[in-house]
Amino acid sequence: MPSEPLLKIAGLTSHYGPIQALHGISLEVNAGELVAIVGANGAGKTTLLLTLSGVQRASGGSVHFGGNDITRSATHKIVQSGICHVPEGRQVFAPLGVEDNLKLGGYCFRSDRVGLEQELEKIYQLFPILKERRKQPAGTLSGGQQQMLAIGRALLGRPRLLLLDEPSMGLAPLLVEEIFRVVRELNDSGVTILLVEQNANAALGIADRGYVLETGKVILTANADELLANEAVRKAYLGH
Amino acid sequence: MFDQILQFVLTGVTVGATYALVALGFAIIYNASDVVNFSQGEFVMLGAMGSIAFSAGNGLPLWLAAICAVLLVICVGMALQRFAIAPARGASVVTTIIITIGASIFLRGVALLLWGKDIFGMPHFSGEEPIKIGEATLLPQNLWVMGGASVLVLGVHYFFNHTTNGKAVLACSCNRTAAQLVGINVSRMMLIAYGLSALLGSLAGILVAPITFTSYDAGVMLGLKGFSAAILGGFGNPMGAVAGGLLLGLIESLAAGLISSGYKDAIGFVILLLVLFFKPSGLFGKASAERV
Repeated sequence: MPSEPLLKIAGLTSHYGPIQALHGISLEVNAGELVAIVGANGAGKTTLLLTLSGVQRASGGSVHFGGNDITRSATHKIVQSGICHVPEGRQVFAPLGVEDNLKLGGYCFRSDRVGLEQELEKIYQLFPILKERRKQPAGTLSGGQQQMLAIGRALLGRPRLLLLDEPSMGLAPLLVEEIFRVVRELNDSGVTILLVEQNANAALGIADRGYVLETGKVILTANADELLANEAVRKAYLGH
Repeated sequence: MFDQILQFVLTGVTVGATYALVALGFAIIYNASDVVNFSQGEFVMLGAMGSIAFSAGNGLPLWLAAICAVLLVICVGMALQRFAIAPARGASVVTTIIITIGASIFLRGVALLLWGKDIFGMPHFSGEEPIKIGEATLLPQNLWVMGGASVLVLGVHYFFNHTTNGKAVLACSCNRTAAQLVGINVSRMMLIAYGLSALLGSLAGILVAPITFTSYDAGVMLGLKGFSAAILGGFGNPMGAVAGGLLLGLIESLAAGLISSGYKDAIGFVILLLVLFFKPSGLFGKASAERV
């Protein structure tokens, strides 16, 4: 009998005004897993993550995290409980310095100055380029560096679950490889990750399990290598 | 001639320091919530009128009355955010401007009902013995205004550049969603921003009231001047707002002295129009560095 999953979503629905974006999504993430959600543009992947974080309101269904119901919690409470979200398009605080961005990532731990410095040092080891640029305004970094900053900022929130939304978007192939290597490393070091990607090939390449999303519904779920081998998935999302 | 100009400069800096505090209030609220708060002038009026009411009406010593008034105005500012601005989240800029203008009319109306149309004076903080600088004179209260404004401006600068909560307010203004996602309680940051603006406005009103007197509608002109100063310095740039305030005060005072005091207000607004025509980003506004 496996233990309770870290994240359990059941029948989750969400609306933008009259338009329904999520049509009853159910999925689970176990502690230590790297789970990928793949699907085309507009399938509801980003909406799903925003609803988990409480930025977008759930209209039905439930989200349980570590056994607690967080479906209707305020975003800052959800972050405090350990879900850290790297949003689509990076969304760094452009006019603020790199180090200020990172420190704001540790906002929930702002009274613990020593711990904050230690965590900051870990991020600088993971992404040395951020240390070099720590005084520079975040908006002047390249796309890849901004993605590292966004991930670093989320890690300073000491996640029990890390949500990654399209980390490869708009990056050159070499950088995509670099980012995915880091994601894999983070998972190996014990961070549970829920990864949303249009780049299904790369995402399923590093994930343990995957869900395929289409028009706000889960249409398929299996182990990552099975999905990579699946004929329908290959046709629809992998381009061959 | 030189002494005369020195006199105009001293007066200008005093008035300018008041404009600077009002303009700083505009900038903070605009930065935090994209709202142009036209009841900023009413914060100034309420600070002064409140202090006079607490000290004359309730017999409190002036300093205690001033503290009570400032706390009251901070509550008014937070209530404005909570009950008038927050429910209209996502509305257009014009809508929120109408809301804040409505709030300013409401606050003025309340002041009129409470205290009538009389003009009120406030005792000077430390005597009215003029200080001579050459042939020019300075009241101790002028020093209070300049010193008080300097302390407040430095305090605001420290808050936004060296405290976590100050940076969190800035984070909310540059990306609200991202700020939520790092665990910042955005509604609390908005309350802090409005409370801080109310604090600046009410203290400006209290500092300057012994020199300029006050009445229920004193906030209208001060609000407009503060708004002009904020535009002059580059809207949304806090230290630009301070510079804009000082500059506007200086120009007005020199124009009133050297040309005619009848044109004092007109010249301030002509400058505002010129800036809007030729450099809409303001004297110290700069394009932000951002790459997507």
